[in-house]
Amino acid sequence: MEYFVQQLINGLTLGSIYGLIAIGYTMVYGIIGMINFAHGDIFMVGSFIAMILIVALGITAGAGFIVLILALMLVLLMAMLFTSAWGWTVERIAYRPLRGSFRLAPLITAIGMSIVLQNFVQIVQGARVKPLPPLVSGGYTIMDGNNFDVQISNIQILILVTTVVLMGVFTYIINKTALGRSLRACEQDRKMASLVGINVDRTISLTFVLGAALAAVAGFMYLLYYGVIDFYIGFIAGVKAFTAAVLGGIGSLPGAMLGGILIGLIETFWSGYFSVEYKDVAAFFILAAVLIFMPSGLLGKPEVEKV
Amino acid sequence: MKKLLMTGVAASALVATAGIASADIVIATAGPMTGQYASFGAQMQAGAEMAVADINAAGGVLGEQLVLEVGDDACDARQAVSVANQLVGEGAVFVAGHFCSGSSIPASAVYDEEGVIQISPASTNPAFTDERPGPGIFRTCGRDDQQGEIAGQFLMDNFPDAKVAFIHDNTAYGKGLADQTMAFYEQAGGEPALYQAYTAGEQDYTALVTRLKNEGINVLYVGGYHTEAGLMKRQMADQGMDTVLVSGDALVTDEYWSITGDAGEGTLMTFSPDPRLNEEAAPVVAKFEEAGINPEGYTLYTYAAIQAWAAAVEEAGSTDFDGVVEALNAGTFQTVLGELDFDDKGDVTLPGYVMYEWTGGEYGYYEEAAAQ
Repeated sequence: MEYFVQQLINGLTLGSIYGLIAIGYTMVYGIIGMINFAHGDIFMVGSFIAMILIVALGITAGAGFIVLILALMLVLLMAMLFTSAWGWTVERIAYRPLRGSFRLAPLITAIGMSIVLQNFVQIVQGARVKPLPPLVSGGYTIMDGNNFDVQISNIQILILVTTVVLMGVFTYIINKTALGRSLRACEQDRKMASLVGINVDRTISLTFVLGAALAAVAGFMYLLYYGVIDFYIGFIAGVKAFTAAVLGGIGSLPGAMLGGILIGLIETFWSGYFSVEYKDVAAFFILAAVLIFMPSGLLGKPEVEKV
Repeated sequence: MKKLLMTGVAASALVATAGIASADIVIATAGPMTGQYASFGAQMQAGAEMAVADINAAGGVLGEQLVLEVGDDACDARQAVSVANQLVGEGAVFVAGHFCSGSSIPASAVYDEEGVIQISPASTNPAFTDERPGPGIFRTCGRDDQQGEIAGQFLMDNFPDAKVAFIHDNTAYGKGLADQTMAFYEQAGGEPALYQAYTAGEQDYTALVTRLKNEGINVLYVGGYHTEAGLMKRQMADQGMDTVLVSGDALVTDEYWSITGDAGEGTLMTFSPDPRLNEEAAPVVAKFEEAGINPEGYTLYTYAAIQAWAAAVEEAGSTDFDGVVEALNAGTFQTVLGELDFDDKGDVTLPGYVMYEWTGGEYGYYEEAAAQ
């Protein structure tokens, strides 16, 4: 039982990070029907920006608790800001000029942008891994087993709480604000939305900005949790998050979060009880099985092809 | 026309030097003097030059002076063969080389055919001696497959009652290392508690770590590279585990410590012994340092190869191939690596690997660290 709970915590933490990245994929797909393959690399850029800020501000674990939390909040906000600028720029130079073009064109530029971002960071930051000493340490023992204590670290609590809060904020933005209303309108029918006075280009740009901001949060937490990043982390995390978005139903926000958490849990439990080697096989097998019976994913709406 | 004339002059000059050299004994070192691995070639050249200078200063071999030729194979198999032919053409009777196993192996066929002794100071691939074309092929460095033997025996000797898990990353290097170590561990009477493969290039090993914790693993042997091993060590520390991580030579990089931080304390790994620490090497090391050279890496292995050959020639009384081979097989040689002899295959009998330990951001011999 203790072992199960510990693996559950591991899986939820990993799944939260996947989920936050997956939202970026699903939002862009929902609104313009393309897969933004550069999104995983935006996440990586966010992680690097957070690391640069932490090093530049000289934040160390030695600072007092309150100072540390405030400093990290500042880093997170700045990282979201800068990463959003990256997301906006990518959309502006690589996708918007191709908006009227045939469907595969932005897909190809997305792959191109992914390569550009990866290589840019590799050249600017070097190919070696960048380690960060642990900043947030400590944790709690929540269950006392005979020879196995279930532990949840402060950083895991931070990740889980941040994810829940962000999901709440996001649901509010989408459902209750004017921005959310224009997002939903563009998603349903872009031409009609523009006829009723919605600035479609601006709304699409904002989608990329929001997605990149969430990717920055994921990158920031990834950096704090694992402490090691390199220019290539965006690829694997991006593939997993994209899978999560498809599993949950691409285009659906709660679906992306659900898919992320499911992928995290499947990977963790498969490694925990069966073979570590085959965890990806297990995750993709379940994805395939779900798509056979529910072609639009777990929470996706079956829809007619958009024109 | 002028050019042709110059070439002619150069050619006769070459003949002239060759004529003078024939009175001495020509030996050679060959390795990557240019290209990606040029720093290793430079180590070999420095070691060889120093050895030849020292031997000549002490009266040479059989009363004759040694002349050193340097060949550049750039770690390329084809270039290695042509360099080997070139060195044979220059009359070399002994070659301390090459560096890359991929160069040493094809070159060894040339040397064997031409009756030249080859002692590689750096080629660690087992095939170099296992499949040697003739008896004149030796090496002064360890073999790749000794790592598992040393580590397997070490685990049994030092952690007899511990639960030991073996994991690898499914690469040729990692899986080979883990399998070999596990085989020797089992041979020594150990029972592995867990054997798993993991995916390299990921960041999250918490599921694996929790599993190790649940099974009460005390010692984790990782066949893989420093990034993943470092992440595992860090995540084990996060989960409050004091499991000892043991691995191979891939962990001998400062990057490992920068990933783990203090969590890396006590990590063990097998790596070639550092001959600079040998007592026998102290005067030679001092000499190198005086000349502004750090005798790191393969410098002293090259030096020792030439020492062993020179001693064997003295023993045999001539530079004749058969006599020197016999002397090399039979003799025990005092070198900067310590007392060494060669086994039936031409491998050196020195321990090719020893256990190192990470402490306080530095790595050093395990015994030394334990004694402190």
